[in-house]
Amino acid sequence: MDIFVGIDIGSTSAKTIVADEKGTILKRLVRPTGWSSVDTADAIRQQLIQEGVDVGGNPCVATGYGRIAVPYADKCITEITCHAKGAGRIFGEPDLTVIDIGGQDTKVIQVVDGAVSDFLMNDKCSAGTGRFLEIMANILGVRLDELTELASRGHDTTISSMCTVFAESEVISLIGKGEKKENIAFAVVDSIVKKVSSQAYKLDLGSRRACLTGGLCDSGYICEALSRELGTAVATHADGRYAGAYGAALLAAEM
Amino acid sequence: MQYHLPENYDTFNEARQNGFLRVKKIKENNGLVAGIFCTFTPLEILDAAGVIPVGLCGMSDETIPAAEGQLPKNLCPLIKSSYGFALTDKCPYTYFADLIVGETTCDGKKKMYEMLGTMKDTYILHLPQRHDDRALDYWTDEIRRFITYLEQKFSVKITEEAIRKAAVIRNAERQAKCQLMEMQKLDPPPVFGYQIYKTLEGAGFIFDRQETIDLLTGFQESAVKNYQSGFRPVPEASKRILMTGCPMGGVLDKTVKAVEERGGVVVCFENCTGIKAAAPKVDTDAEDIIRAVAARYLEIGCSVMTPNTKRMEMLKDLVKEYRVDGVIEVDLQACTPYAVESHSVRKLIGELGIPYMVLETDYGKADSGQISTRIEAFLEMM
Repeated sequence: MDIFVGIDIGSTSAKTIVADEKGTILKRLVRPTGWSSVDTADAIRQQLIQEGVDVGGNPCVATGYGRIAVPYADKCITEITCHAKGAGRIFGEPDLTVIDIGGQDTKVIQVVDGAVSDFLMNDKCSAGTGRFLEIMANILGVRLDELTELASRGHDTTISSMCTVFAESEVISLIGKGEKKENIAFAVVDSIVKKVSSQAYKLDLGSRRACLTGGLCDSGYICEALSRELGTAVATHADGRYAGAYGAALLAAEM
Repeated sequence: MQYHLPENYDTFNEARQNGFLRVKKIKENNGLVAGIFCTFTPLEILDAAGVIPVGLCGMSDETIPAAEGQLPKNLCPLIKSSYGFALTDKCPYTYFADLIVGETTCDGKKKMYEMLGTMKDTYILHLPQRHDDRALDYWTDEIRRFITYLEQKFSVKITEEAIRKAAVIRNAERQAKCQLMEMQKLDPPPVFGYQIYKTLEGAGFIFDRQETIDLLTGFQESAVKNYQSGFRPVPEASKRILMTGCPMGGVLDKTVKAVEERGGVVVCFENCTGIKAAAPKVDTDAEDIIRAVAARYLEIGCSVMTPNTKRMEMLKDLVKEYRVDGVIEVDLQACTPYAVESHSVRKLIGELGIPYMVLETDYGKADSGQISTRIEAFLEMM
């Protein structure tokens, strides 16, 4: 059996997918990226070998910001192309709007006939990214999944700063004022959802189905809030976090 | 294959640095120098007055921290950098300038010039913001006032004959620049866009007009000759990119170089160092030469104009003529006119059926990696 490897080294976590020639997922691996992409790539290689995957003998595509740190990959392809490819397959639609909230950047990708037709990425600041949520969760002393769960029970509070650093001080002053935790969590999630949506509005959303990929795809509340803001149902899937790695594996099969 | 650079490339590439010595020499021989910032400066008038214009646009973030002591952080990096150079006396061109000439091309620059005026003699031309006869009347009058100012300040006489002569030679230089840019219509183009930009930029720092024309022509002819003898530095499969937006001198490496290192080639620059400013010519046979000079400048499709139909028309033509595969707009942070207009450009390019992307950036290196990824994805998309 021919197998294909896709590796997505993101700023927060590194995802690996091993798939067969039909695109059936055989293995899913995920680990924190840590501070060195090179070490992470090496750890992934060793893990794959342990799992019986012949690294170097099978086509491999690397993606994500650490893609150039994977010496055994046959090719590097950007996460935009890979996410579009992977999401198209996961959601089974040739036309899609893919919203990927990543650790350090957020992408909105317009996919037409299975190919990227346009995309937007946030500018260099961290507003509207996963990092923003992580930092806010830290201040509130909760985990990321707890933050979104809390948010689902909050209401009527806003954070006006887009900048993570300013938003942090806004959150701290809300805490100081004795605002309820769930309301602060609501404000935090609301702020990121608005930021991501305003990015999405710059692209013509049309009638395409929208979906959420990346590390936040497990959060039902984020999907719900995004759907509400965009006025269209935002789909999600358990393999959403692997969309980039899966797309890379599918592209490896096309090489 | 050995890489041959066309003739004179190094001369242009090093012109900005070597120009310091040339300016010093001009000053030692009692010559006059005017620092300028924009393609709207009526060069023919300075030429006719015997004042040598030199571009002062800051292209490095080195002086930005100093500038931010007085200017807001959230301001265009070109304005901050330029002001910082004047403030810290780090730019010999600013240092040697007898006069600074600015135009009211954007709010940031306008207010910065007022501050610059406290350090250096600064003259501001008020640029109208539309393309019609009333605007032309006004702009012609502005230029006449500028002539009077220069005559008084430097005790010179600016004759119509000298302006006409200057216009002829400036037209010839613009034509030489156009020819250089137009050779990139070849598929694949004879040279990389980076070299074209560096050459056009360098041309502003060679102060003898005829010498500049000869160098430009020599460069272009040698590039075409190399090409005809089978030399192809640009791979045939390269995606043909058109660049538009703000002045790009300060962000060339993270944009143009990034495109050309990832399988693209910039075949056309619509920006103000590129075709936008070189294409319009002065009608040198016109009865009123001053009005003819004024009219040429109003042809420039800068986003400060409203409506800026000239830019849209030009983009449409360029995409066709240069057989462009994709358009990348580079906007400098906090440049409101270009940022707002980018929406119309996106729409226009979409209607032409090719991909468009806008990159907003500044002179820092923090976003180089992110911009490279976006450029790579953009090229993968084609």
